[in-house]
Amino acid sequence: MPKANGAGPNGSASDGTQVTFLEAIKQAMFEEMERDPAVILMGEDVGVYGGAFKTSEGLLERFGWERVIDTPISESAIIGAACGMSYCGLRPICEMQFIDFIVCAFNQITNFVAKGHYLWNAPAPMVIRGPSGGGVHGGPFHSANPEMYFVHTPGLKVIYPSTPYDAKGLLKAAVRDNNPVLFFEHKFLYRRIKGEVPAGDYTVPIGKAVVRREGKHLTIISYAAMMHTSLEAADALAKEGIEAEVIDLRTLLPLDEETILNSVKKTNKCLVVHEDTRTGGIAGEIAAILFEKAFHDLDGPLVRVASLDTPVPYAPTLEEHFLPNAKKVFSAAKELARY
Amino acid sequence: MPVPPEQGMKKELKRQQYLDLYYHMRLNRAVEDMMVKLFRQNKIVGGLYSSLGQEAISVGTAYALEKKDWLAPMIRNIGALLVKGVRPRDIFMQHMAKYDSPTKGKDGTSHFGDLDDLHIVSPISMLGDLIPVMTGVAMAGRYLGQKIVTMTWIGDGGSSTGVFHEGLNFAATQKAPFVLILENNLWAYSTPVRKQVPLENLADRAKAYGIDSYIVDGNDAVAVYSVAKEAVDRARAGEGPILIEAKSFRRMGHAQHDPAEYVPKEMRAYWEARDPIALYERFLSSEKLLDAKSKKEVEDKIDSLLAVEREFAENSPMPPPELAETGVYCTGDGCHKIRAKWERPIAEVTPPRSSVKAVWTVPGFGSGKASDGANAPIHFGDTHAPQHRVGNDTKSANGGKPAAKMAAKAAPKKTVKTAGASRKARR
Repeated sequence: MPKANGAGPNGSASDGTQVTFLEAIKQAMFEEMERDPAVILMGEDVGVYGGAFKTSEGLLERFGWERVIDTPISESAIIGAACGMSYCGLRPICEMQFIDFIVCAFNQITNFVAKGHYLWNAPAPMVIRGPSGGGVHGGPFHSANPEMYFVHTPGLKVIYPSTPYDAKGLLKAAVRDNNPVLFFEHKFLYRRIKGEVPAGDYTVPIGKAVVRREGKHLTIISYAAMMHTSLEAADALAKEGIEAEVIDLRTLLPLDEETILNSVKKTNKCLVVHEDTRTGGIAGEIAAILFEKAFHDLDGPLVRVASLDTPVPYAPTLEEHFLPNAKKVFSAAKELARY
Repeated sequence: MPVPPEQGMKKELKRQQYLDLYYHMRLNRAVEDMMVKLFRQNKIVGGLYSSLGQEAISVGTAYALEKKDWLAPMIRNIGALLVKGVRPRDIFMQHMAKYDSPTKGKDGTSHFGDLDDLHIVSPISMLGDLIPVMTGVAMAGRYLGQKIVTMTWIGDGGSSTGVFHEGLNFAATQKAPFVLILENNLWAYSTPVRKQVPLENLADRAKAYGIDSYIVDGNDAVAVYSVAKEAVDRARAGEGPILIEAKSFRRMGHAQHDPAEYVPKEMRAYWEARDPIALYERFLSSEKLLDAKSKKEVEDKIDSLLAVEREFAENSPMPPPELAETGVYCTGDGCHKIRAKWERPIAEVTPPRSSVKAVWTVPGFGSGKASDGANAPIHFGDTHAPQHRVGNDTKSANGGKPAAKMAAKAAPKKTVKTAGASRKARR
């Protein structure tokens, strides 16, 4: 696993300290709760235990029982109650212990939370966050990437960061946003990557992608853990003379079309890499955007490297076969570059 | 056939309260009668649901709330909306999908709310979802020091949803100041209550959550109000959520399209003879609170009000098509300024006051302490236990005997007798 390619949004250096992805998330919650008493945290085992991954460790001691709320195992109740709190001007953060369990609250999120502003002018400023993604042998119910269920839901915003800098800045932006924001934290990154975060307060804008590596021969679009995989593949491609431009989407909804189009108009080829399963993944949406708005700029087919259209299998041999990796990205990119 | 306990209306309210209840029940029915006319004239875009025969529940329960309290209606709670201050024109326009309606035509029926002034949360069609949402409003109100109570309704059918359980259990663990009215109208669309729930009294479900409950005759406006008032007062005092089962009957079909031929004739006849407005008028007359003249005054007042409201609604345009594209997201402070209304010192919930050393630890399990400095048990943050121990038994309208005892007493007849009730012979 390579290090995040620079801490800042464009790889710029910062004068902060090196922190893990997980520490960045914890800092964001801590600082937002410190800044605004309307921010509270709610979820299963987030208080006394500090969260299943220790993401909220120390928050209970600092902010007290009223603001760090251990709940029953009731995802619909957590989301519903947070929605009610947001109607009263609070800004609750809900933790899904594993993001796989977010579907237990699917109705509450997609029908109640997401539609309120459109239908009856009721903003629901709340964040739903939790550990997602595979590669850690969590099996079919602790490895999911359910982001696209929600990208298909108008009214939500969906964030899936790849670096500690972005995780902290985007989570702070999510807490301050007046809309319901889903914040996916790839658990493979929690303790495996470190990056610099600035000492002071900062946010990263929601809805803005970033170019992680500049190139001219093709564009690789990715996000979350696969962004690192894509960078690794780009390094290997560079040794063969293929300069890949790597885009980190960071936000999936709203999607930053401008950054995507600018890059593809330059490189004329596009490869999308995501850990989500292939059918119905964000690659399909990106393909549609390119066909609508950059058809004449394309010199080759849009290529997808994604997980298999299966549940996430448990055995390491199976899961490794299921997931994309740098080698698969490398081969697909090399093939695409020949056009 | 399940029948409700009859408390017998008692004279214990103020004159104006009796008349308010009457006015709102009549208004509730008149608004719905007018919408039936509009429906038949094809002026109502979608479905029309009726609360005929259940007006005492909507009106009596909502009347127990204060202005600052929050409610969230279900489809048959137009009476509750009227009591809370919603104008009839808004209800008409919602159904007619008009541009001036609270949702500007984006949704219909009672699917609208008002966060800032009336404190109403909009329902959605999926049943039970309001229970955790109103729990959250109650928790937020407590956190902000507002001393509010929240209320919502659910039907016998809706009580079978998973989120009913999740929500009520969460409310109970949090001791949220929340009152849930379970309107047992005996029918969930075409499915009778016995096919949904194998319980004589749905209020018994409260025991599973360790909360108190009441059973009340849903066609008795005074009893409904009295029970609701007691429950609201107790919830506000910090006793936690309370469940009220109001027994009644859905006189119309699920909606206008449904002739409800599956309902036994005897059942319908029994309940039609117990019309809540007719029962209440008899009571008011006997107590000399209503005579032909004052009744006529109420009717005239409602007639002239609704004529104006209907005209306004009919004259409102349909929304412009492009409105469909707008409003999915809050675009920032210019769109909505999110502001919590604090009615307690913020210092109480901000460090360093809440930054206190743990008073207990479990090895490997972190540590914690209540921010008020009390030695907190693991389950209730800063919620103080009530002064006296609260039982988990169902109580009658007058805070009388626990239901367990009543049920045992009445078990052979499968009915529940409540304190002060004069039971009449029933089929």
